[in-house]
Amino acid sequence: MMVRIFTALIALMLTTTLSFAQQGPLRIEITEGVIEPLPFATPSFVPENGNSAEMGAQLASVVAADLQGTGLFRQIPSTAFISTVSDFGAPVQYADWKAINAQALVVGAVNVAGNNLTVKFRLYDVFSGAELGSGLQFQGTVEGWRRMAHKVADAVYSRITGESGYFDSRVVFVSETGPKNDRKKRLAVMDYDGVGVKYLTDSRSLVLAPRFSPTGDRVLYTSYETGFPRIYVLDVGNVQRRVLESAQGSMSFAPRFAPNGQTVVYSQATGSNTDIYTMDVSSGRATRLTSAPSIETAPSYSPDGNSIVFESDRSGTQQLYIMPAGGGEPKRISFGQGRYGTPVWSPRGDLIAFTKQSKGRFHIGVMRVDGSEERLLTASFLDEGPTWSPNGRVIMFHRETQGAGGRSSLYSVDITGRNLRPVRTPEGGSDPSWSPLQK
Amino acid sequence: MKITTKMVLLVAALSTAACTNANRFGADGGTDGFDANATIANTGIVVGSASDPSSTAYFQQAVGDRVLFEVDQSSLTTSGRTTLDGQATWLLTNSDYTAIVEGHADEQGTREYNIALGNRRADAARSYLLSKGVPSSRLQIVSYGKERPIEVCSEEACYAKNRRAVTVLAGGLTG
Repeated sequence: MMVRIFTALIALMLTTTLSFAQQGPLRIEITEGVIEPLPFATPSFVPENGNSAEMGAQLASVVAADLQGTGLFRQIPSTAFISTVSDFGAPVQYADWKAINAQALVVGAVNVAGNNLTVKFRLYDVFSGAELGSGLQFQGTVEGWRRMAHKVADAVYSRITGESGYFDSRVVFVSETGPKNDRKKRLAVMDYDGVGVKYLTDSRSLVLAPRFSPTGDRVLYTSYETGFPRIYVLDVGNVQRRVLESAQGSMSFAPRFAPNGQTVVYSQATGSNTDIYTMDVSSGRATRLTSAPSIETAPSYSPDGNSIVFESDRSGTQQLYIMPAGGGEPKRISFGQGRYGTPVWSPRGDLIAFTKQSKGRFHIGVMRVDGSEERLLTASFLDEGPTWSPNGRVIMFHRETQGAGGRSSLYSVDITGRNLRPVRTPEGGSDPSWSPLQK
Repeated sequence: MKITTKMVLLVAALSTAACTNANRFGADGGTDGFDANATIANTGIVVGSASDPSSTAYFQQAVGDRVLFEVDQSSLTTSGRTTLDGQATWLLTNSDYTAIVEGHADEQGTREYNIALGNRRADAARSYLLSKGVPSSRLQIVSYGKERPIEVCSEEACYAKNRRAVTVLAGGLTG
């Protein structure tokens, strides 16, 4: 519903262009791995009418949390501020911000009129004494205020890093309660930062591994509703679901959408054998892609839709392979020590994220598409199930703790291996799937 | 008439399975089987206890309803085969029961792989039962992967019990 409101109402407008975009020193190259986060200041957004003051503070605080959460930026607390910003249009007192070493300054303004919310912002490069990019204005509804803050933060992130942002996005995941031997699972969706959790199923049936569609409007998942694993497609807006019919006497699981949003790739177990199939969502017509007697599962498309990465134990242990999207001879890409599973192709197309088991530990890692430059980003008793941020710079996954009291929770980590952070959820969490950036 | 009743019981058992009753395989296990038999009691058939050789409880406790597997393996062990020999004999004697063989894995593996591995284990047990003459129409398989451990410690002592294929009876009309 939110999405529809925004599609209808959000307007991206350039305000007066007082300065030109520039390539000053205010720049973070993410690929280099940032050691020293860039200090920034985000004063409360200036209220443009009487009832906007509280909203101004909230917006600034979400923008700051987004930026700070990347690990690339460091927020300067407002208690350190020398000057305040009370007029969105007034010239910036650069000296006051230089004095507290704020390299970036985000100045915003907010106007609340009934249920309509207008948010403007400008980004300043303090040490160059100039605006970075032009001012932007967003319009929407009051209940959509967090999304507007995320959009401001996405624009700031994008201007400073040269990458697209990822804050105005959602995560669908499995919410978990109860001990290991009586765990209840249900599907939930939330903003990327863990806010606004909404449950999509109840916990009467075991549900696993939800995956967003390329447009974020639908979710594929596996449910034991009938007593046997079957794939369902769920409309996130109206929470209506339907089963994707599969062959009698077989089990279907591990579904993911193709980039076209029409084809689903998944695993089907028939007899003792598990192979990879695709299905056209509308017609239900299935095509078998692999036929080896080994386990072939966890398929994931390349962003161009031409290839599929998957795991197979045809060599004797779980390893990663890439094959053409229509099937054909797979090429093994993982050759390190240990077992590799749950490969997921980066939205940028350059990397494969995976779960690795080695010497009794689990890792989340990334490798290039040809299998080179493998890097392990995490290590624990059980880390599993990576999903990519929309810009391909951050990976979310779940971590289960050891022993009888074991509990699963969500974490995120940069592909540099830095900035490992818990993603707070009301209950335990597993199997996250990150949506694309919202429109 | 008889067939109709059996189908109803099978449906009941399936929906219970969907409720994911973990106690089913726990120390006090076998509630499903007793439920099914209790329904039969309404039809005048005596509720089976472990001393009744045609009861679900007898199958679980005296015959043995599960076989265990080595790490990342789905081949049957010698003792597994012995257990399955007993299951086959019992199923051939008590021919009104159908069963679902449930395959499980320990937590040391990724989710999807463990579903496929549990499926291999369930199929290994089912294939063995079929080879002993149990009709295929009476045996279904399902895999729960690592989703339904009965033991919760993160040590081999627990893992060994979680790597299992359990033959869960659905509906018994003999008595």
